[in-house]
Amino acid sequence: MGKKMIIVSGVVLGILGVLLVHFGNPTNMGVCVACFIRDIAGGLGLHRAAPVQYLRPEIMGFILGSFIISLKNREFGARGGSSPLLRFFMGMAMMIGAMIFLGCPLRMVLRLAAGDLNALVGLCGFIFGIFIGVQFLKKGFSLGRSQKQNITNGLAIPTFALVLLLLVIVAPAFIIFSESGPGAARAPLLIALAAGLIVGVLVQRSRLCQAGCFRDLMIIRDPHLLYGTLGIFLSALALNVAFGYFKLGFADQPIAHTDGLWNFIGLAVVGLGATLLGGCPLRQVILSGEGDTDAGIVLLGMLSGAAVAHNFGIAASGSGVTITGQIGVLVAAAFLLFVGFAFSAKTSSSQKGGIGYERSL
Amino acid sequence: MSVPYSLDVRGLSCPEPVICTKNALDENNGLVIVLADSYVAAENIRRLVTSLGYQCATEKNADEFTITISK
Repeated sequence: MGKKMIIVSGVVLGILGVLLVHFGNPTNMGVCVACFIRDIAGGLGLHRAAPVQYLRPEIMGFILGSFIISLKNREFGARGGSSPLLRFFMGMAMMIGAMIFLGCPLRMVLRLAAGDLNALVGLCGFIFGIFIGVQFLKKGFSLGRSQKQNITNGLAIPTFALVLLLLVIVAPAFIIFSESGPGAARAPLLIALAAGLIVGVLVQRSRLCQAGCFRDLMIIRDPHLLYGTLGIFLSALALNVAFGYFKLGFADQPIAHTDGLWNFIGLAVVGLGATLLGGCPLRQVILSGEGDTDAGIVLLGMLSGAAVAHNFGIAASGSGVTITGQIGVLVAAAFLLFVGFAFSAKTSSSQKGGIGYERSL
Repeated sequence: MSVPYSLDVRGLSCPEPVICTKNALDENNGLVIVLADSYVAAENIRRLVTSLGYQCATEKNADEFTITISK
C-alpha cells in the first residue's frame, strides 16, 4: 500500500479526532479506542463507573468499516488459533496500561496535538515498551501460527458490532448511558458512526498502526507507518489551533493526570502488549472486522480489562493513579514480560519458516 | 545457479513474516521464495525487499502469495 494512502489515512483520522470533539465528544478524546471500549463495557453494565458508560458508535464504525471494505476487496477471511486464550489476557493487560495513562496510543497522539505534555511522557513510555517487545521479537518471539477457520468465526465480531449498534439505537433499559462526565459527552450518533466507518475503511486499507510505526523503524528502519502517525499529529494540531483547543502544558489538561512515572509505565505496558500482539488497539479492532478471530479475542480481552480496571479501582483519574492502579499495571507488565520470555526461542529462519512449506508451529 | 530457499510465513502475525524474510535473505545470499497467506504480509515483504535493493515477483494462487526474491 502506497505512502499516499497512509498519509491520507493519518490526516483524516487526525481531522476526525478533533471534529468529533467539536461535535460533542470529550475534550482531547475525539477518538480513543481504549476509552471508547471502556465506555462500551460500562454501557453494557460490565462496570459501574457512572461517568464512563456509553455504547460508542465509533468502535462499531471501525469494525463495520473494516468488515465492509475487506469484504469488497476480497481480503475478508476467517483465521485464528494463535494462542487465543493468552491473547485474551494480553488484551486485558494492554487495556489496564491504557487505563493508567488514560488513553490508547491514538489518544496519546491526539493529546499531544492539543498541547498535553503528559502525552509526551507517555510517548516515551510507549516507545520504551515497543523497544522491549522488539527485543523479544529479535529473540524469535511468536505466539504461533494462525489457521484458516470456518467463515462463521470471522463474522462473530462484525455481528457483535451490529448488535451493539442496534442496542445504542434502540436504547433498551438495560443499556446504561452516563448522565454526566466523559460518557455523557458524545457526538450525535450518525456523525460518530459515519466517522467510525470512514476510519474503519481507511485504516483497513492503509494498515495504519501506532505500535507498528516505531516497531518497523527499530527492526527494519522502515518509516512507512510513521507517516500515518505524523499525519494524525499534524492535522489534529492544525485543527486544535484553529478551534482554540490547543493548550500547552502539563497541568489542568482534560481527562489526564500529571503523574509522569505512571504515564510512562502505563503506555510502556501498551507498547509491549501491542508489539507482542502484532498491533496497537486500533489495529486489533480493525483486524477483528477483517475476520481475524485472534484480534477479536484481544478486543474481548480489552473489554474485560476495562471492566476489571474500573471494578477493582485500577483505572486512573484526573487526580492520579491509585495504589491499586500501580499494583495492577505492574502485574500487567510482569505478565506480558513472562509471555515474552515464554514464547521467545532463538531460531534460524529455516527452523521458524520451515523448508518445503511445512507448517511447524 | 543456486537453488532458492523456500520460506513459509503463512499464519504468522505482524511483523514475523518480515523478520523471517530478512533473516532468510541474510542467510541465503538473497535468493528466497516466500509463501504468505495475507495481503498485509505480502505487502510488507515486498516493501522490505524493495528497500533492501532486491528484486521480487509475486504470484497469487487462491488465497496465497508466492514471492520470488532475487538480487
